[in-house]
Amino acid sequence: MGNSGDAVGGSVGSWSVRAIVGTMIPVLAVLSVLEMGSGFVLHELEQTFLGRPTLLVLVPVMIAMGGNLGSILSARLSTRLHLGTLSFSPRDPVIMTNVVAVLALAATVFTALGFFAYGLTLVPVVGVGGGMTLRETVLVSVVSGMALAVVAVVLSISATYASYRLGLDPDDTTIPVVTNLCDILGVVILAVVSLLVL
Amino acid sequence: MFFLSVSVVRDAARIYRGSIAVLAVSLAGGLFAGSVLGVDSMADAFTEYPGLLLLLPAFLATRGNVYGALGARISTGLHQGLIKPRLERDSRLINAVVASFINGISVSVFIGFMSWGILSVLGRESAALWELVGVTLVAGLLTSVVMIIGLLLIVFGGYRRGIDPDNLVGPIVTTLGDMFGVVFLYIGVIVVEVML
Repeated sequence: MGNSGDAVGGSVGSWSVRAIVGTMIPVLAVLSVLEMGSGFVLHELEQTFLGRPTLLVLVPVMIAMGGNLGSILSARLSTRLHLGTLSFSPRDPVIMTNVVAVLALAATVFTALGFFAYGLTLVPVVGVGGGMTLRETVLVSVVSGMALAVVAVVLSISATYASYRLGLDPDDTTIPVVTNLCDILGVVILAVVSLLVL
Repeated sequence: MFFLSVSVVRDAARIYRGSIAVLAVSLAGGLFAGSVLGVDSMADAFTEYPGLLLLLPAFLATRGNVYGALGARISTGLHQGLIKPRLERDSRLINAVVASFINGISVSVFIGFMSWGILSVLGRESAALWELVGVTLVAGLLTSVVMIIGLLLIVFGGYRRGIDPDNLVGPIVTTLGDMFGVVFLYIGVIVVEVML
């Protein structure tokens, strides 16, 4: 997400409508085609999701949170890379520290998501969600959330490593790639976990 | 995990404390968006308009990409002193806003069209092309207006109070984008139904 493809310079030229639209539209078109992949998973599992509207309540957080966790990790790794204090070893204390923090954040957020999503189904009148027990909701939320966090960790580290080897600035490559892939995979993981658990 | 030393745990706790507030806000926004999706009448709309569920992730994610790019551009412009943190008739600011408006609307229409196209090619049941494009066009227009105004007010306001806009843009865009994205998608459905 974010600074994909905008080589922001000082000249008014790079701030022209034509330049901004011209660089962004191809990127946006490719990304939305890829996003249709996770939409297709939702569409194919329509009965599962519409029969258990609580799953729909989980969808936006699953889409947003993978990107959030991925961008926290890649932003920190890319800063370390710029500072030259990063080594790509699983025992590197910087990598370990960040991975532990991201997994702890994910555990907190997705446990809370499970309880809140179930809590919303108990609110009278508005009729939000339904079709799942508390245990099912928390289980689906935590299992898919932790799976997504592991995917975000693996993608962030690989993408930072790839941009380092290829000599690209991770700020322009890693973060947009990781957040978009996590957006797409969030829904796919939620769907797979729901099929396995429910 | 024998290399989980004391310093690793201590530093991890520091990162955790630094990020948990932003994630909690994002969680609250996502739960709001989720409850709009999970409302009975929205679930009915998904059944009534096949293709709406197919376009949902793309519609929500592109909000982040379009307005995240606008936010990153404004934030860089502020840092470089190219634009001032004020709502004024500055040609760079106007260009950036107009471009993100064009991007947002074009991508919304493209997504509606693609959803119809994918289902048609596969020979599946689909809502009419004008229904899907109508919903994404209305939703895209309304989200653009709210996102652009919200982003400018918060980024400029934050910058004047000494907050680095780079730290504001990401969470604002994902949270506002999801919240308004689903609400306006729902309004888009209502508009299309009324026009029928």
